[in-house]
Amino acid sequence: MRRNGPLALIFHTIFVIVMVAPILVVCLVAFTPEGFLSLPTNGFSLRWFRAIGNYPEFIHAFWVSLGLGALSSFVALLFAVPAALAIARYRFRGRDALAALFLSPLMIPHVVLGIAFLRFFTSAGLGGSFAALIIAHVIIVFPFALRLTLAAATGMDRTVEMAAVSLGAGGWTLFRRVTLPLILPGVISGWALAFIQSFDDLTMTVFLAAPGTETLPVRMFLYIQDNIDPLVTSVSACVIAITMTALILLDRFYGLDRVLAGKGDPGR
Amino acid sequence: MSAVAEERDARAPWALTAPALMLFVGVLLIPLAMTVMLSFHDWGQYKGIEPVFILKNWQEIATDPYYAEMFWRTFRIAILTTLLTAVLGAPEAYILNRMSGRWKSFFLLVILGPLLISVVARTLGWALLFGGNNGLVNKLLMSLGAIRSPIPFMFTETGMVVALAHVMMPFMVLSVWAALQRLDPQIENAAMSLGAGPVTIIRRIIMPQIMPGVLSGAIIVFSLSASAFATPAIIGGRRLKVAATLAYDEFLNTLNWPLGAAVATLLLVALVLIVVGSNALIERRYAEVFR
Repeated sequence: MRRNGPLALIFHTIFVIVMVAPILVVCLVAFTPEGFLSLPTNGFSLRWFRAIGNYPEFIHAFWVSLGLGALSSFVALLFAVPAALAIARYRFRGRDALAALFLSPLMIPHVVLGIAFLRFFTSAGLGGSFAALIIAHVIIVFPFALRLTLAAATGMDRTVEMAAVSLGAGGWTLFRRVTLPLILPGVISGWALAFIQSFDDLTMTVFLAAPGTETLPVRMFLYIQDNIDPLVTSVSACVIAITMTALILLDRFYGLDRVLAGKGDPGR
Repeated sequence: MSAVAEERDARAPWALTAPALMLFVGVLLIPLAMTVMLSFHDWGQYKGIEPVFILKNWQEIATDPYYAEMFWRTFRIAILTTLLTAVLGAPEAYILNRMSGRWKSFFLLVILGPLLISVVARTLGWALLFGGNNGLVNKLLMSLGAIRSPIPFMFTETGMVVALAHVMMPFMVLSVWAALQRLDPQIENAAMSLGAGPVTIIRRIIMPQIMPGVLSGAIIVFSLSASAFATPAIIGGRRLKVAATLAYDEFLNTLNWPLGAAVATLLLVALVLIVVGSNALIERRYAEVFR
């Protein structure tokens, strides 16, 4: 194959700079020593990172987001793993329709989901509760949990399972000792991707969160609506740092293109 | 295999999917149906929501030009964002694909990584770059001589399109990238050996083959842009409303839930029709590529 020409490399350089610039500028402004938004031209300062400590709302929102992401991704997997095994192994009537239903939260705009859940949980008397947030997040992260588990279950070597069966393993033992360990990398990556999706969701959560159950993106959004100051940039920088760490781990562990391309689509 | 085992096999997939199916019917399909029903309810400033069947909200959306203008703005922004990502994202995916191993995976991480970084943080970055009339973007463009006077980015559709294109770009690159993986590099060499120049190769060999990738990327970008919330809310401010931010206002500020539900239902129906329709068109047009 031919190499890239100079024009292509110039285009590529500008493209990458534009992609990185907004993220970089947030991280840089976070280190400003001034009391207003500016690039740190005379020295770096951690004052705006220390200032986060004076806003318990952000700290609290961070813990809400962390708990919500971890828990809802785990619950989603409890439902997704058996469903993925069924879709990967059996050809049954309604299989395609089921798969389409389970992936449908990807298609439905999150603003519509937010409205639907707000209406539903308010009528059920759960408006603004943490339980409502968990259930709603289970639905939106389910497709991600399903896709990666499905990819692992489809690519699995079934002769190992047959060997276990021939040795007398069955039911729960077979699943716990043979199947689960074999699909575990896919399950863990599914959990990680689901966690990131839950941790980042604003559009749906902004409808459901009440004071006390506000997640970090919601708290940041509401803060930005009032005014933009260096405090919100330092909070954003922390969020970016956390996501980048998760991202690099995910890439090392599983391969980012595999995670994002979603090779687990049935019928592809 | 015995008849009993076969019968158990036929039930097994349903037993395994039943919990997830019940979850989806109970807390996805029912809430969606409730939202559609809500759009036919009445609402008043003092009486609140009245569960009657009335077409008031739909009539208001159909007759008040405010809503036509708002939906037109929503789709105009989504179309421009889609075009921008296609024109820039497709060549970038092609260039990426021609890089050697280490650089390729590094830049793939740099370009796809933002997909997982908080949309609020990314949009905040654009708000900082735009920042009034003497923001960094304007300073840079003016010092390069590209523009004479600063372009207003904040609280304008231009700014929304630029920021949205940045947010959506990874989807387009990813989609074209996937199409390029199916492409046989030997075809390019064959065309070259037959005397085709670089322009001819791109136009006659590469373009037709990555077009399905560009189009499926365009569908994703379009539907996500048309329903985007965070970026239009932060860059557009309180006055320049799109469908998602208007629905948010009706629900959490005006508290006119039935009207908000009608806006959301219309957005959902319009998007489903557009996405399903264009998917069918693409699959018919490029049937041989998908086979």
